[in-house]
Amino acid sequence: MIIAVASGKGGTGKTTIATNLALTLAENLPVQVLDCDTEEPNAHLFLKPTFETTEEVQIKIPVVNEARCLKCGRCTEVCAFHAIAVMGKRVLTFPELCHGCGGCLLACPTGAIKEAPKKIGVVELGYAGTIKFAHGKLAVGTPLASPVVKAVREKAERQRVVIIDAPPGTSCSVVNSVSGADYCLLVTEPTPFGLNDLVLAVGMVRKLGLPFGVIINRSDQGDRRIEEYCRAEKIPILLKIPFNRRLAALYARGGCIVEEYPEWKETFRDLWQRLQREVGYERAISN
Amino acid sequence: MKELLVISGKGGTGKTSFVGSFAALAQDKVLADCDVDAANLHLLLKPRVKERYEFYGLDKAYIDPEKCTECGKCLQLCRFNAISNFRVDPIGCEGCQVCYYACEEGAIEMRPNLSGYWFVSETAYGPLIHAKLGLAEENSGKLVSKVRQAARELAERQGYAYVLVDGPPGLGCPVISSLTGVDLALIITEPSVAGLHDLERLLGLCNHFKVPTLVCINKWDLAPEISQQVEEFCRKKRIRVAGKVPFDDSLIEASIQGEPVVIRDPESKASKNISSVWDTVLEALA
Repeated sequence: MIIAVASGKGGTGKTTIATNLALTLAENLPVQVLDCDTEEPNAHLFLKPTFETTEEVQIKIPVVNEARCLKCGRCTEVCAFHAIAVMGKRVLTFPELCHGCGGCLLACPTGAIKEAPKKIGVVELGYAGTIKFAHGKLAVGTPLASPVVKAVREKAERQRVVIIDAPPGTSCSVVNSVSGADYCLLVTEPTPFGLNDLVLAVGMVRKLGLPFGVIINRSDQGDRRIEEYCRAEKIPILLKIPFNRRLAALYARGGCIVEEYPEWKETFRDLWQRLQREVGYERAISN
Repeated sequence: MKELLVISGKGGTGKTSFVGSFAALAQDKVLADCDVDAANLHLLLKPRVKERYEFYGLDKAYIDPEKCTECGKCLQLCRFNAISNFRVDPIGCEGCQVCYYACEEGAIEMRPNLSGYWFVSETAYGPLIHAKLGLAEENSGKLVSKVRQAARELAERQGYAYVLVDGPPGLGCPVISSLTGVDLALIITEPSVAGLHDLERLLGLCNHFKVPTLVCINKWDLAPEISQQVEEFCRKKRIRVAGKVPFDDSLIEASIQGEPVVIRDPESKASKNISSVWDTVLEALA
């Protein structure tokens, strides 16, 4: 089963939910955590895995053999990303704009273009106890997060309970993180910002056709608008966590709730029960 | 004209609450919300939209089933796995056009892709340029560039002294589009191991693009010892800490009321600290 944890708004508690659910389930089940927030990955700070291997994520960028190049400009014409340009007697490439589609290579009439790998990030793999762990790290200064997200997602092992920590927002890297999940948990907070971004996140998961439910974090710091919205939209609220200075301080240090306060395991076990019921129900109605 | 960008790396540190208050404190500025993916600034500034523009991302491929002979060339060439069963998944398609050029039957057309809107609005605190990217869309970087360009042009045309930009979280494409060429970046961070980790990566990015940077620690008193570590880290990197703002319910209350905290509750600790951060920012921009 693949559970994605997403949020729309940043800083609502995605990583807290993902890591504490993982630690609780790992007592009885094989669990895998995939941190797909490749721009700012944080789950490792809490689970503290030992990394065993690092894999480079590369895209292929064009390298032009000037001697064979006719400066005909076909490559410039076909490149949708403006990543290659004939300027007078030279061909310039802009690797930071290149998506690695290979279009220029196909268009070149003289075979003057070859491809070379460009590193855009890494996937680091290891274990935190019995939890199999992987995260992606986008190289600083590189705009292209989606290939790194996809590389992390490819590590999913269906025989484990896979918990995905997604990046904030609703755009392409989030879609690449949550696509193919059996269920999506949307973590929010009861403020106008939280609601605004929850509505966007709900739009996204509905567009993708994923079953989903809501978790309200810091549930006492705000008003009832999230609950009213969820009721009106018939969206299940799976968990509410009130604000607690002790938990905030624990989070700040990189501590995990279920390790410091084992009584919280019950809460995450209940969440898991609820998740299984929701997924079962969704499967039943879609069959 | 000077351009200030407020960013955070980690989401939810308080960027928008700060920009909302800066909007109320600053004279003579244009506001821009570059978090086009999950924009929030409008919730504090209550804009009245004056102009709305369509934003087109790259054209997306479409396969005409009438003309397609299912030769499989497009499937083989698409590096984004966006084609299956001779249909293009518009979410997976990056608009590279490789399939379009490769199709010998002329069965593939590139169709325009309306992927969002951007707006010129009026608020009680001055003009605001903001945007809304469609759900699950690509090209947020391009839309960010559009918003920034519109804000700068408006500021230049009408002689405004500042452009205040609310940035997106993370450090990928939309952040890079927000960051390149600004006069100053103010990073709002929080005192946590996650905040510190993300700050370090974001400072690397600011350094990469040679953007002068200030740091502000929000909710510093939730973990004073980690706040200390953040300050220590900034000292080592020779980055000035523009201020520390305590955890304050008045910020949450102001966001619920949909107002900048310096307007809603000017006597609160948060308001006073944010005002002093703003003074430091002005000094750094001068």
